[in-house]
Amino acid sequence: MAANSMKIRAQVSGDVADVKVLMNHPMETGQRKDAKTGQNVPAHFINSVIATLNGKTVLDSQWSQTISKNPFLGFRVKGAKKGDKLVVSWVDNKGDKDSVQATVA
Amino acid sequence: MNRQRRTLLKTSGAASAIAVAAAAGLVSPSALAAEWNKAAFEAKSPADALKGIGASAAAGSKDIVIKAPDIAENGAVVPVEVTSNIAGTQSIAILVEKNPQPLAASFDVSNGGEPYVSVRLKVGASSNITAVVKAGGKSYTASREVKVTIGGCGG
Repeated sequence: MAANSMKIRAQVSGDVADVKVLMNHPMETGQRKDAKTGQNVPAHFINSVIATLNGKTVLDSQWSQTISKNPFLGFRVKGAKKGDKLVVSWVDNKGDKDSVQATVA
Repeated sequence: MNRQRRTLLKTSGAASAIAVAAAAGLVSPSALAAEWNKAAFEAKSPADALKGIGASAAAGSKDIVIKAPDIAENGAVVPVEVTSNIAGTQSIAILVEKNPQPLAASFDVSNGGEPYVSVRLKVGASSNITAVVKAGGKSYTASREVKVTIGGCGG
């Protein structure tokens, strides 16, 4: 299980929280050739990202290997308040996963 | 009890990764994601990808705003922002038309999640970036061209 693969910032302006998440992940497409072996490096990418605010799902996404390496994700939540709990989780195609929690500032 | 649970988790396999995550308490059961849309994500043409997400009849809309560079310096990391101003937006999907597998991602918003996403995409060659929005049972689409000097698919 991956750990500490994410950095998150959630700031509220009015009643909308602006959230920025940076994830550490190779996001291999499966088309890149390993320079040493000449074989294709197998596809290894985050395929699901879910964000919840105070336990309610606000964003439920499915991703492909087209998302860049070390993915950045920006999204917004209306009705968020300072102190609200935001959780963002990812799962990849190998079953690996990670999660990060932030308090809306 | 722990050994049995560990064995169960080990034999679950990648297909039930979400179930494993739920068991580990990372993803609450109410937030379980839908099955990964393999047919749509592995589609090799934009038309098949649209079919895979049930948006073949998407109508052009001026209420979808795509922010992307006219010319991408690095095709491996192209910043794209999509905002939907269509009332009742439920989901946004993003396609890179000329990529070998055009569907990049799809985002469902709910409970206050705004119809806005900002991502960074791999763009293999100069291509249209297409956004598909679902709102009120209908699909809408808009595109924006991004020129790429160095392709980003690792080829």
